[in-house]
Amino acid sequence: MKVNIFALPQFSLRFFPIWRRNYMVWKKMAGPSILGHLADPVIYMLGLGYGLGGMLPEIGGMSYIAFLSAGTVCYSTMNSASFEALYSGFARMHEQRTWEAILNTPITLDDIVLSEMFWAASKSLLSGIAVLMVIWVLGLSHSLMSLWIIPLALLVGLCFAALGLIVTALAPGYEFFMYYFTLVITPMTLLCGVFFPVDQLPAMLQTVSSILPLTHAVNLARPLLNGNIPVNILADAAVLTAYALAGYYVSLVLFRKRLAQ
Amino acid sequence: MNRVIVAENLVKQYAGQRVVDGISLNIVRGECFGLLGPNGAGKTTTLRLLLGLIAPDSGHIELLNHAIPGDAREARLRVGVVPQMDNLDPDFTVTENLMVYGRYFGMTDAQIKARLPELLEFANLTHKADAKVPTLSGGMKRRLTLARALVNDPDVIFLDEPTTGLDPQARHLIWQRLRELTARGKTLVLTTHFMDEAERLCHRLAVMDNGRIISQGSPRELIAENIEPEVVEVFGEQAAAWATSHAAHHTQRFEVSGESVFCYVNDAHPLLLELQQYAELRYVHRPANLEDVFLKLTGREMRE
Repeated sequence: MKVNIFALPQFSLRFFPIWRRNYMVWKKMAGPSILGHLADPVIYMLGLGYGLGGMLPEIGGMSYIAFLSAGTVCYSTMNSASFEALYSGFARMHEQRTWEAILNTPITLDDIVLSEMFWAASKSLLSGIAVLMVIWVLGLSHSLMSLWIIPLALLVGLCFAALGLIVTALAPGYEFFMYYFTLVITPMTLLCGVFFPVDQLPAMLQTVSSILPLTHAVNLARPLLNGNIPVNILADAAVLTAYALAGYYVSLVLFRKRLAQ
Repeated sequence: MNRVIVAENLVKQYAGQRVVDGISLNIVRGECFGLLGPNGAGKTTTLRLLLGLIAPDSGHIELLNHAIPGDAREARLRVGVVPQMDNLDPDFTVTENLMVYGRYFGMTDAQIKARLPELLEFANLTHKADAKVPTLSGGMKRRLTLARALVNDPDVIFLDEPTTGLDPQARHLIWQRLRELTARGKTLVLTTHFMDEAERLCHRLAVMDNGRIISQGSPRELIAENIEPEVVEVFGEQAAAWATSHAAHHTQRFEVSGESVFCYVNDAHPLLLELQQYAELRYVHRPANLEDVFLKLTGREMRE
């Protein structure tokens, strides 16, 4: 009679009405949300790109601001999904009891976690498109290859949404999220080639960097914006996909343990 | 098939404690069935088991002929739930709440829209259709939660303490609506610790304590089986002293609670004659009710 919390997830399209619910809420506050997605990367790229970039030589044949733009795409999409999966996801699960209301219908926890993941990834997609537009407007990319940033933003979003949901499943309260941002997201931002090339790091940190998902996102984004095909395209995409799938499964098991026992 | 819910020997443990300890229920179509019990008796856990939200450690459940929790998804297509804690969507209007919830059942927007006027009218919320949830009163929110539970036109509605925290006007309106639902052939399963609510609404009741059903039947049966038909409540500073020396001569059973004495009797006349001799004692003579049964079965000590 015991329910197996380790059972494989059952995927279904029933997650879509929940995604639509979240979209309806977002639509009511779309203005400030879109402004945030645009303003943040503009400030970073203009401030660091021109300010810091003016003192730096070219990196691998590109200006520092062009180098930074690829990092900014990845870093912004990572942050969008992480904030959504942690703070907003926790509000829906715990504070507003939205999940509890949904679980009384024919929808299961598997569907809810899937919808949270796709919803947070949708925020990343939006963020990725916003940064890409800024990059185009600033004249930092001239290649149609840069359109591949759009599916990449979705994949990066799924990856960090899934990782973030693990934290949400474990969180007793909002304060808990500080651990994740301080111990995971901030080091990730600094070790994964967002602001400077990974080969500037000591060998040991380079090894750490190579297993972090953001490194693989940057590995894909930088050549794409430059109009080149990424070198290890399959390996990098596989790492991001693996993090997304493993994160979804682990978070689902943890949510089942938390809510369905 | 008339049997809407069949549960046999349900057991659910948390941290070694049996929160539900061998419960069996048989609920038939069109009845309002009440689970009555003090806080922590296992009422909400029983509801969650019947809905298939959690799995029992042992036992067998059928809801609308579906095995639970295995086929809970199919069963819940025909079920509505009014939860204990408000979980309406605070970002949405009344109408949006109903639309969004209907979609969770796989209903099309056209199907939900066709039901909106009836649902809003049932909840007395037609004039609030476009109001946001935070602007609604407690009673309106509870009525909206009830309307939301009806969006899929369910056969069974589970209500977990449906009137807790409401003022008398709001409670009476909810009660009236719930009676209308049973009149239409819907089956209701509700938990409550309000005796007047149980007495007015429920065709049958199960009194729960410590995870077990300790008595079951219609409100009248419960009173007739468990308690003397008449009660005399005696109040005043001298009441306890009077009870110690005299009460046993005139009552079948009595209980002292602070400055009140509850005397349970088959015939109150001898006791009333006795009480008239004590000017300092005040008293009330009334028929026994469900609260007397409840207190007898579950005791008077606080449950916290």
